[in-house]
Amino acid sequence: MAVKHRGNVRVWQRRERGKQFAIWGAWLAGVAIFAYCWQLISEKTIWMFVTDAPSQAADLANRMTPPKWSYMSELWMPLWDTLNIATLGTLMAIVLAVPVAFCAARNTTPSTAFVRPVALFVIVSSRSINSLLWALMLVTIIGPGVVAGILAIGFRSIGFCAKLLYEAIEEIDEKQVEAVTATGAAGGQVLAYGIVPQIMPAFAGISIFRWDINIRESTVLGLVGAGGIGLQLDASISTLAWTQVSVILLAILATVIVSEWVSARVRHAII
Amino acid sequence: MNSVSADRHWRRPPFITNPLLRWSLFVGAGIYLALAFGTIDINWSRIAEGVPRGQRFVAAFFPPDFTSRTGEILEGIYESLWMTVTSTVIGIALSIPVGLGAARNLSPRIVYLVCRAVVAVSRTFPEVILAIFFVKLFGFGPFAGFLALSLATIGFYGKLLAEDIEDMDPGQAEAVRATGASWWQWLVYAVLPQVMPRMIGLGLYRFDINFRESAVVGIVGGGGIGATLLTAFDRYEYDSAAAILLIIIGIVMAVEYTSGFVRKWVQ
Repeated sequence: MAVKHRGNVRVWQRRERGKQFAIWGAWLAGVAIFAYCWQLISEKTIWMFVTDAPSQAADLANRMTPPKWSYMSELWMPLWDTLNIATLGTLMAIVLAVPVAFCAARNTTPSTAFVRPVALFVIVSSRSINSLLWALMLVTIIGPGVVAGILAIGFRSIGFCAKLLYEAIEEIDEKQVEAVTATGAAGGQVLAYGIVPQIMPAFAGISIFRWDINIRESTVLGLVGAGGIGLQLDASISTLAWTQVSVILLAILATVIVSEWVSARVRHAII
Repeated sequence: MNSVSADRHWRRPPFITNPLLRWSLFVGAGIYLALAFGTIDINWSRIAEGVPRGQRFVAAFFPPDFTSRTGEILEGIYESLWMTVTSTVIGIALSIPVGLGAARNLSPRIVYLVCRAVVAVSRTFPEVILAIFFVKLFGFGPFAGFLALSLATIGFYGKLLAEDIEDMDPGQAEAVRATGASWWQWLVYAVLPQVMPRMIGLGLYRFDINFRESAVVGIVGGGGIGATLLTAFDRYEYDSAAAILLIIIGIVMAVEYTSGFVRKWVQ
């Protein structure tokens, strides 16, 4: 125990001296890095615009109210597209994520030397690139539209779903697998009767969780031309139709809240 | 015993036990898929046109072109990293009071509701939408991106911190309080040690997210590597774009590896 002697009195200390110094050192380094980065950002900032911000905000708030409710009638179709992008993208992702996850899990992979690293690389690269960047790429390749959005959401979600799924596969109870194997089941049967029932709840939970995230992400894909309500948002912002922007933002807010409620209900029913 | 054998088969129990719910889910999913595919207009000729472009894009990865735009790429990456560091630090610093306020076992009801509202608002909108508005208000450049990422961090971190505090062991908290500790001492010696290991891990995870998002805020003018990437795509310089994407993947992998290491060291 760390104790400091002050004359005859022993005073309890939380940490040993060496550890305390190490923690101070880490804090010092952290603060120095932060100060350095902050200074570099501040150099690139035009502070006049920043000090001007409150009046800009007031002006913007003024222009955004009242929301132009009649515009809502034009938003139902983009909202339907947004929902489709999220749902079909998630569907595509989970279909593709299952084989990747089985290849990446240590206990089911066909080969640890070659297949597993490839699967892990697929997972990392899919996860590292934001869905908006996937959309940017796909729009330049296959052209603007809902399809690019679905593929972007799908590609981004493969890594996410596969990562969580392969962790679930690695945590299964091996005894059940052994029991099914002992009955003389073939490889595919072991998979279907020994492993799949164990990961099914996790699988359903992951899918619905990702669907919820994807609803949020698909609302902005239109900014780069990949369909959904983001297209209207982009168009309204570029034409400075701020009363329409506020309707769109409220529509997005409502969609996100509904999707969160749905996913919470479904997850509650599963778990 | 004979009568049992031949025509009795074991069937796997279905995942959803209620047959009515199961079949209505299947039928509902079928109708939805038919409707969804019916309303998507797919421009097959445009997609076919994309095939050679896609091939060119994939070919650009072998080898990617790191050299011809080195200056722009480096500047973008540095800007992204500064934004990531500052927004993670400021976001977490601001989310601590919000998180404490949003923990039900710590704060009075009114503070709890206000802090929960802050968390809900900053979590709803994607970083990009926040960035659009901050660019409008504060001008182009990394400052707007920094603000958007910080705000998103507050929502994310505040919520998780609050949930972690709500799940803590009340026994330890009571023991420290029984020694006559003041509110601050109680916070530092009873609450902090319990939530710290997980919060450091989550902080690193948020750092990772902020880096990935910093690549996106650039698309709407918020500074960082996103602007460079957008330019590369607009000029059809696929080999430079490939280089940028590989750098992003590399940095994310490095951060993930480091955070795994730090997490092991902390716990």
